[in-house]
Amino acid sequence: MIEFVSLTYAYPDGQTIFKDFSWGVQRAESWVVLGPSGCGKTTLLILLAGLRAPLAGQVLIDGKPLLRPRPHTGLILQDYGLLPWATVRENAALGLRIRTFYGPDGKHAPDEFQPAQDVDPWLSRLGLAPFSDQYPGQISGGQRQRTAIARTLALQPDLLLMDEPFSSLDAPTREGLQRLTLELWREQSLTLVTVTHSIEEAAVLGEKILLLGQPPNTTPAVVENPGGADAEFPDSPGYFALVRDLRRRMAAIE
Amino acid sequence: MLLNLPILPAPLTVGQTFVQELVRGKLLEHLLASLWRVAASTVLAVLTAAPAGLLLGQSARLNRIFSPLIYLLYPVPKVVLVPIVLLFFGIGDFPKIIIIFLVLFFQILVLVRDQAAAIRPELIQSVRSLGAGRRGLFRFVYLPASLPAILTALRQSVGTAVAVLYVAELFATQRGLGYYIYLNGSTLFNYPAMYAGIVALSLMGLGLYFGVDWLERRLCPWQTAH
Repeated sequence: MIEFVSLTYAYPDGQTIFKDFSWGVQRAESWVVLGPSGCGKTTLLILLAGLRAPLAGQVLIDGKPLLRPRPHTGLILQDYGLLPWATVRENAALGLRIRTFYGPDGKHAPDEFQPAQDVDPWLSRLGLAPFSDQYPGQISGGQRQRTAIARTLALQPDLLLMDEPFSSLDAPTREGLQRLTLELWREQSLTLVTVTHSIEEAAVLGEKILLLGQPPNTTPAVVENPGGADAEFPDSPGYFALVRDLRRRMAAIE
Repeated sequence: MLLNLPILPAPLTVGQTFVQELVRGKLLEHLLASLWRVAASTVLAVLTAAPAGLLLGQSARLNRIFSPLIYLLYPVPKVVLVPIVLLFFGIGDFPKIIIIFLVLFFQILVLVRDQAAAIRPELIQSVRSLGAGRRGLFRFVYLPASLPAILTALRQSVGTAVAVLYVAELFATQRGLGYYIYLNGSTLFNYPAMYAGIVALSLMGLGLYFGVDWLERRLCPWQTAH
């Protein structure tokens, strides 16, 4: 579904992050991009979202070059992604409102988009119904991320990109949302790409883990984790072995 | 002895005069003339300064070009421009409106610009990823984000605007609280009426503060809902 073809990208200050980098993701896979800060993992997600263009090479999605944000891609960032002046319900409906605002033009909204603003089913599904009239400043971090998830899923994406989505949350909330993410991933047959610096999160969410090191990144280092994304996996010996292995590899990078 | 001077009438006398002047005299007329000038300049300032501030806040390049000019003009007390504005725009309401407009314009411009520039890039990226282009960002992010800045600017400017209004109304007009206060205080030596005018001026300022607060509760409920 996703293909990076000999992609090269550098920051405006000249630092090269990716050099002749090729990588691929199959439909309905759950990938985690893991690496130390400054390795370019957020940049990879921004490129995947179509918010920046590579200097050379291409990002292909379903075989087509990605030139601008794609209506069927959802993006969830660590925080600050919600409008502080809009209620939970208004925030969840924002994507639908933007689509209604532009109409089904194939650029800002898919061609087949039918104007609709009903997000209440998603609010109930994510346990947000009791908070739907509150503002982001009034609810907890976990509820804010649920709102961001509701907003994204209301647009029925086939590709979901998440940047450190749960790293500012406390452990029980984080684990709950990780389980919820996997549940929704299966239920909606999403392709999932999560960026994180947390080894444990990578082991829990990723069937495949892409390790990025000090830039420039040239060849992808991929760790297979077929048991990951399974509800019981975090309690199994395989999980602890994987975490140990990832920790060793991360230490080697830094 | 000091207290018996005619220039310091008792509060009760001032209160009586205030009511009399309001009901039977021309105080209400003057008050409305002043209020109209403030309201017209406020609307004019919001309609021009808010879009300009949004534009500068979104574009670092434009801001680099214009900010030296803004910082050069911003600190100039706009009162000093009264003779020039009167010279260019003559008599009537318009020059007075222009003077107050100048006070409000820079305050709103700078606050809206800073507010627009302070919008987190994560928020912009999130909303762009939902499909918003330039128009969508303006409608769903920049416009609502600038509302509190406009209201803060208005609240901060009420005092200055009323002070400048007074000075502007000393010249070339026979309507407005500035004219009324000056006439009664310095020409007719009717001190209770002068104080009644001052009370009207301060009540107008109070009303403006309440108005801004009311607008804030109506337009920015997320600011007060904590």
